[in-house]
Amino acid sequence: MHLLKRIPLALCVAGSVLVLAACQPNTLRPDQSAEVMPENGVFSYQLDNGMKILVQPDHRSPVVVSQVWYKVGGSYEYPGITGVSHALEHMMFKGTEKLEPGEFSEIIAANGGSENAFTGKDYTAYFQRIASDRLELCLKHEADRMRNLQLSEAEFKKEIEVIKEERRTRTDDNPTSLTYEQFNAAAFMNSAYQQPIIGWMDDLHNMQLSDLSEWYQTWYAPNNATLIVAGDVQPQQVFRWAEQYFGPLKPSQIEAPKPRHEVAQLGERRIDVKAPAKIPYLLMGDKVPVRNTAEAEWEVYALEVLAGVLDGGDSSRLSRSLVRQQEIAASAGAGYDPYARQQTLFLFDAAPRDGHSLGEVEQAIKAEIKKLQQQAPDNSELERVKAQVMAADVYEKDSVFYQAMQLGILETVGLGWQRKGEYLQKIQQVTAEQVQQVAQKYLRDDQLTVAMLQPQPIESSAVAPRATAGGRHGH
Amino acid sequence: MDIKRYWLAANLCVLGLLLNSAQATPQIQHWQTDSGARVYFVPVDDIPMVDVRIVFDAGSARDGFTPRKLAGTALMTNGLLAEGAAGKSAQQLAENFAAVGAVFSNGALKDMAWLSLRSLREDKYLQPALSNLQAILNQPDFPAQAFQRERERLKIAVKAKKQSPGTIASERFYQELYGDHPYASPSEGTEQSLTQLTRHDLQQFYQQYYVARNAVISVVGQLTRAQAEQLVDQLLSELPAGQAAAALPPVQPLAEAKTVQIDFPSAQSTVLMGQVGMARGDADYFALYLANHAFGGSGFGSRLMDEVREKRGLAYSTYSYFSPMAKAGPFQIGLQTRNDQVEQALQVVRQALHDYIAEGPGEDELQDSLKNITGGFPLRIDSNKKIVEYLSMIGFYQLPLDYLDTFVSRVNQQSRDQVHAALQRRLHEDKMLTIIVGGNQSQGDN
Repeated sequence: MHLLKRIPLALCVAGSVLVLAACQPNTLRPDQSAEVMPENGVFSYQLDNGMKILVQPDHRSPVVVSQVWYKVGGSYEYPGITGVSHALEHMMFKGTEKLEPGEFSEIIAANGGSENAFTGKDYTAYFQRIASDRLELCLKHEADRMRNLQLSEAEFKKEIEVIKEERRTRTDDNPTSLTYEQFNAAAFMNSAYQQPIIGWMDDLHNMQLSDLSEWYQTWYAPNNATLIVAGDVQPQQVFRWAEQYFGPLKPSQIEAPKPRHEVAQLGERRIDVKAPAKIPYLLMGDKVPVRNTAEAEWEVYALEVLAGVLDGGDSSRLSRSLVRQQEIAASAGAGYDPYARQQTLFLFDAAPRDGHSLGEVEQAIKAEIKKLQQQAPDNSELERVKAQVMAADVYEKDSVFYQAMQLGILETVGLGWQRKGEYLQKIQQVTAEQVQQVAQKYLRDDQLTVAMLQPQPIESSAVAPRATAGGRHGH
Repeated sequence: MDIKRYWLAANLCVLGLLLNSAQATPQIQHWQTDSGARVYFVPVDDIPMVDVRIVFDAGSARDGFTPRKLAGTALMTNGLLAEGAAGKSAQQLAENFAAVGAVFSNGALKDMAWLSLRSLREDKYLQPALSNLQAILNQPDFPAQAFQRERERLKIAVKAKKQSPGTIASERFYQELYGDHPYASPSEGTEQSLTQLTRHDLQQFYQQYYVARNAVISVVGQLTRAQAEQLVDQLLSELPAGQAAAALPPVQPLAEAKTVQIDFPSAQSTVLMGQVGMARGDADYFALYLANHAFGGSGFGSRLMDEVREKRGLAYSTYSYFSPMAKAGPFQIGLQTRNDQVEQALQVVRQALHDYIAEGPGEDELQDSLKNITGGFPLRIDSNKKIVEYLSMIGFYQLPLDYLDTFVSRVNQQSRDQVHAALQRRLHEDKMLTIIVGGNQSQGDN
């Protein structure tokens, strides 16, 4: 039984960006495409304007997923305009020179498709899932809105209110999300990773249409985009359509964002978050390297295995020790994501059981860390983590969307999609001693940030009856 | 990650399955075991893996029929299965799955309780995973200490629900709508009912409901028919035939409208509005499915989304759905909006519902929905995971085996007049239940 909502670990990604139009000498040219051979099942191609195309055929069902990924997201933003990437994502559905607001969505729906978009720290992506014989429609309209978006003041005025409602639902009225947002802002001082992707409410109140149009002009260009198509398609046909629709788009001169490398942390940081809630909640995070920043590549994979030893399913250490043996936590977890532009956090979260404090749970997690620092994990533990990674590599073939998503993340954080093929092997090579070494090197109190949600009463802060309450009862 | 478009209705998978007759649908093989369990099987060769899903008519709707009628009995029984079985501890059972890369999960809803396993196909992985599942299913020990622990954890989950305005609203919605009916009771139970619960209650519940005649097993993966039969026989080897659960009582709709306001210190108010909807297999199912699709079931382009979000910017998410269950499940409309906009949002929703019932969908709207349903069918069955879930639904609710094959044509047979007539017959705007959970209208952002 997984009873408590977990922190949103999975998709806080980033990477050292190579956004200039130059590059990718190894990618084949259009005229060579007939000879293209797949690498790990992926066919790649590049347009003259710098746009990259990746195709992963999967003929199990007559469906396709099409995703356009831009190298821009929350971590590209500056104080005062936080949330602008996400706001622009919303406005990308509001019409172009050719289409009315909402018309792209209507076209996709009328063709049986579903569509959506998401914004991360290091990327913004748009996608459609649709019958494979309708793919051309998606490409045609994605190309259109890459360069021909019509940003209207009237639409923006309504949409920014929708975004504020989204923020209230996701963050302001959700005590664990609120704790995560404050924790993150405390853990990072000058890195852009301290900013919430959805933006601070004050920045949303003050956002202008001109902020969005500037952002669109700066980042939405073919040489800053990757098209990924996975499903029941022929790569050559996708490349031809890409030439036809995206090929004519002009590239932009794009400057990589300033790095804003996080200043060295000089000691433990702690914050309390007091909000109306019922369950106390603990978040802890240590600064760790990612694949882009690691001095030694193996450290990243050792950190992945470390996360698996601590929280890879019900048999892992945190569940065993904190939940089942000591019975002091209702839930306890750990997480790490190696794919980001910049240094990120190795996270722990937990909720104490009644009668136990956040402090006790924190000490218990630290005791588990210490054990791993003093003694390398057992071989059987390591083998279980590796078996789960090996099996997951097979299971993911059941979801074309997930496979496309992995390619997109690797591309937009600047690692290159080819890395996908090496992951399994690198994990299998990790030794127990390496897991111990990264635990010693990175899980240190001086690099730690701790946030505690201290629940405030819900009932006693209940508001006075509304002036209009009478109108609420009956019809 | 912030996802712009958040379609609650679609996520709930409550609206049924769609079929494009032009595409091959999974050919469902069906049989019954000697002990009376119903089996549904689709061989899929592409990926070397196997999915198994076992569903019992043992959801929380059965809580009220146990000797002590304690809410939470069904969920706790299901939750304890993997906490100790055949003498193995929770730790050993979890390690056994992890060692072969198998993924196990379980849970209980109002109608059904389920166990699910995903494993690699090779016997050196599959057989240990199956043996482990066999133990969990046939020989749970309900260890005393695990019982105490999980009960305490569930109490914390019950408490956690009280910090979420959305959950408070949803729970109250079911309570008010279903009154004395078993669907009114929260699956997680209450602090009080959980305190009274004993191991014995769970063992009794297990013995009565976790039996072959009350089970539906769905299997999808790289197996022959003979292999699938063997797998099922092995899994159920020690499960007694028992008896299928008795039918649940019928649901009485609300006699008059009711509005409930619950104060909560949040920036937004959660609004839920609805009434009793329909059961699986209802004669109006296809007409109402189509009617709801155009009203609030299809996200962008639906009337609700258009009126509430696109025209007025009042909410991020708004939706409507019918949730067909063994007995009449709810029809529900939902949204969240800033506290000072609740009145306006309610007015917009009521007007939209009124107009829709009065006039029915426009011919254009109907055609748009039909195109989306027909063209989108292949997406509904494009993975083993989705297929195994659909098999469970077809099996549990005893829908015809050609349910998928005929779905699109049956939706397409609905005329505008039929859809309009069904709407007028089944939706009653003057008898809606409305739940509002939120803060004072002047209570704004921090």
